[in-house]
Amino acid sequence: MTSRQSRSRLVVRRFIRRRLAVLGLFIVVMFFAFAYLGPAFYKWKFDKLDFTSLLEGPSGNHWFGTTQNGFDMFALTMRGLQKSLIIGLVGAVISTAIAAVAGAAAGYFSGWTDRAVITLIDLLLVLPGFLIIAILSPVFEGHTWLVFVLLLAAFQWMITARVIRSMTLSMKEREFVHAARFMGVSDWKIILRHILPNMSSFLIIDATINVSSLILAEVGLSFFGFGVQPPDISLGTLINDHWQSASTANGYQFYFPAVLLVLLVLSVNLVGDGLRDALDPNAKVGEQ
Amino acid sequence: MSTEPLLEVRDLSVTFPSEAGPVAAVRKLSYHVMPGEVLGIVGESGSGKSVSSLAVIGLLPPRAMITGSVRFKGSELLGRSDKDMSTIRGRGISMIFQDPLSAMTPVYTVGDQIAEAVRIHQQVSDQAAMKRAVELLDLVGIPNPGQRASAFPHEFSGGMRQRAMIAMAIANDPDLIIADEPTTALDVTIQAQILEVLRKAQETTGAAIIMITHDLGVIGGAANRVAVMYAGKLVETGAVDDVFYRPRMPYTLGLLGSIPRLDSAEHMPLTPIEGAPPSLIHLPPGCPFTPRCPMRIEKCEQVEPELLPLHSSGSGHLAACHRSGEIEEGNLQSTDVFPANLIASTAVEMIPREQRPTMLEIRDLVKHYPLVKGAILHRRVGTVFAVDGISLDIREGETLGLVGESGCGKTTTIMEILNLTRPTAGSIAVLGKATAQMTDRERFAVRRELSVVFQDPMASLDPRMPISDILDEPMRTHGISIPERLRRTEELLQIVGLSPEHANRYPQEFSGGQRQRIGIARALALQPKLLVLDEPVSALDVSIRAGVINLLEKLRADLDLSYLFVAHDLSVVRHIAHRVAVMYLGKIVEIGNIDAVFKLPAHPYTQALLSAVPLPDPRKERARRRIILEGDMPSPANPPSGCRFRTRCQKFAGELNDNERQRCIDEQPLLRSPENSVGDHLAACHYAEGNAVLEDIVELER
Repeated sequence: MTSRQSRSRLVVRRFIRRRLAVLGLFIVVMFFAFAYLGPAFYKWKFDKLDFTSLLEGPSGNHWFGTTQNGFDMFALTMRGLQKSLIIGLVGAVISTAIAAVAGAAAGYFSGWTDRAVITLIDLLLVLPGFLIIAILSPVFEGHTWLVFVLLLAAFQWMITARVIRSMTLSMKEREFVHAARFMGVSDWKIILRHILPNMSSFLIIDATINVSSLILAEVGLSFFGFGVQPPDISLGTLINDHWQSASTANGYQFYFPAVLLVLLVLSVNLVGDGLRDALDPNAKVGEQ
Repeated sequence: MSTEPLLEVRDLSVTFPSEAGPVAAVRKLSYHVMPGEVLGIVGESGSGKSVSSLAVIGLLPPRAMITGSVRFKGSELLGRSDKDMSTIRGRGISMIFQDPLSAMTPVYTVGDQIAEAVRIHQQVSDQAAMKRAVELLDLVGIPNPGQRASAFPHEFSGGMRQRAMIAMAIANDPDLIIADEPTTALDVTIQAQILEVLRKAQETTGAAIIMITHDLGVIGGAANRVAVMYAGKLVETGAVDDVFYRPRMPYTLGLLGSIPRLDSAEHMPLTPIEGAPPSLIHLPPGCPFTPRCPMRIEKCEQVEPELLPLHSSGSGHLAACHRSGEIEEGNLQSTDVFPANLIASTAVEMIPREQRPTMLEIRDLVKHYPLVKGAILHRRVGTVFAVDGISLDIREGETLGLVGESGCGKTTTIMEILNLTRPTAGSIAVLGKATAQMTDRERFAVRRELSVVFQDPMASLDPRMPISDILDEPMRTHGISIPERLRRTEELLQIVGLSPEHANRYPQEFSGGQRQRIGIARALALQPKLLVLDEPVSALDVSIRAGVINLLEKLRADLDLSYLFVAHDLSVVRHIAHRVAVMYLGKIVEIGNIDAVFKLPAHPYTQALLSAVPLPDPRKERARRRIILEGDMPSPANPPSGCRFRTRCQKFAGELNDNERQRCIDEQPLLRSPENSVGDHLAACHYAEGNAVLEDIVELER
């Protein structure tokens, strides 16, 4: 039995103790399963029209009902969910990676590297990210949605990078970092081998929490027509297409994607909280 | 003195619940304290010494299960409400904690905090309480108490904070003071001051003191009776002389034998206690010391011995060992019980020092840090003279001890050496190559020959790497082939006394001593010639220390290493080093052969340092005259003119006339041979003269 195994077992045990976090994880996993596997088993495709049932409420045939054009709402929502999930996930990983590298470099090298990174962070923090992405949206129109993800991540990493910078500042004075330096290990190797792995719990937690805020950012931008562009569908574009129906008898067109969005963000946050409690030894859940 | 004990603890047990099972931190502990008596409780970390005292004063968390009885002045303390206990805490029993920084509130002035302690138990006005606070600060030796009372804790040095804590503890004339490692975090000269203050506090209040410590030296001089704890139990107790001169339990024997002695003229072997203290979860039925005991017999594993009186020594001397009768009969010493062997001199050591190659040479090394203000403009407002012109050299096969209090520039010096960059001024040459002229490639090559062992074995190993990766890292960095690395990793573990199966484990699975061995193994991975040892044993428990010191000595002899041994513990340095350099405020004040310096220290600072070290020998300790330095080390940003030591110098204050003093103020003393010195013994004092501060106690022995 090694300590790594027993540590991960401990983390799992502490995570399981948080009922809400487990519930959140279950919901997120279910979302993924439905979004990617659901369409394969579902009768209707998101781009197929059913002319026999226009603007019909939820039924056994069309689970979430149909739009006025005869699109199946469930197929559309799953399609939108796919995009929202992948954007949140990829964006969070990219943003945390940028934060880790920039923050660790700033803290480790100090001097002008530090000043440059801090200046960049301050600059990006005062720039209104939403507006800039909105203004730039015509530029990436027609390009892949990945450009959009990159832009979202570019406005997401700053706060995390600051935290990582200050963690690095204390970490680089730790004796094992000194030891590595005095045996001649290069600076970047020290960062990748010693400094970042020792912050991994923070990075994991941060990436998880970023997922939900990126999903929200994407939805917000798409809602205003700046994010995901047709023919791609995301939860944001769906909400945009149907929000006017919210107060009508056909409100299901709005409520299904909207409630799903809220549920998704809530679940991801619950998982993030649970992970923090499980990974962070200062959280006192283990001792009740 | 009345015959009623002030505090009587009977069968006290403390158990903490944990995920792995109940932790039996204290098991059936019984002791008593008479009025005005000093009881020393000795034990390693985790032996339950602090937990038992916290149980007495009622400060354990509610989840701790406490059974037994604690009677203070005849009334039971256990089971009382927290509110009830508050009337006793501070007034009846007060406590002095180890870390004076975290024991004070940073947002109130020191005077306010002491005055608050006064007002809690006494109906007095604010002004009267404040006046009392100033009196108390004066009593514990804070200069300018009226002014200093309005200072905040962070404006106090560690020693002054501990004094303020003592002032707070005696504010209400308690009957019992519990001092939990009161000097562990402090330098040796400050430790001597604090022990003196405690003594004085005891004299003025007449309180009894329970002194908890892991340092037998501190106890020896101060305590009337001693209790030794191991794994939550009392294993030996008795009058201080009985325990120190007639120890009857192997653990006590081992503890006494594992301390390097400042007062032994010849090189005595240290007796290490192998292994680590047991985990307090699911203790096996027998004596908990069995796995580490060289005298164990079958019975030890089955029956836990009772604490029983001994025949020959004074009453009240009890020991918990099945074989204490045999120890008593044969009057066995630690060397009879524990294996100990002296390292023979190596071939290199036979060659005269001058003919050996120089491994490290430092000439007039200077390191100044700018003191800057402002985040953007970085205005320079001053200079920290961290290291200010020191010179030393280390020859092959030699150990140089670099000694000084914290803040004297030891760490800066070794960081300068290890960084291998150009210093502010002066030169560093490792193996004959000057760092200032090195190319990156040469610097990388030198790193193979020079390695380091750090102080804190918790912090010096990456917690996310298994031991095999930790040992592998230096070799991987320096491009050694994989099969060679695998072979070497195994070999290294063996060299430092660990087994190859340990390779796949993680640092947190090892005890402090084992981790330090891993740190040493890593330092040896590239077969270096020079090792920098930064306080390698000061973070370790006493019983484990000796094993690591012995290992370092053996490795030096076997592998022809040279050591730069940085320490604040002079007894360890005397044991391991050939030469010693004493640093004060960025300067070397005395340097020379270890025997010459320890026998006839010429600089007043060295004399004070040596005289401040407590000896684990009650009789000598009582007979000793101490040189107690005044105050703290000045800030290296603003060192005194002339001789930097003059502000605290006992010679400057006592023996010199005004003319002589003027010279100390005006002129910086240079290193030169003091009168009737031997060899290359140098001291930086205008009025250096040998003063055998240790000699009289060695004499006493004969």
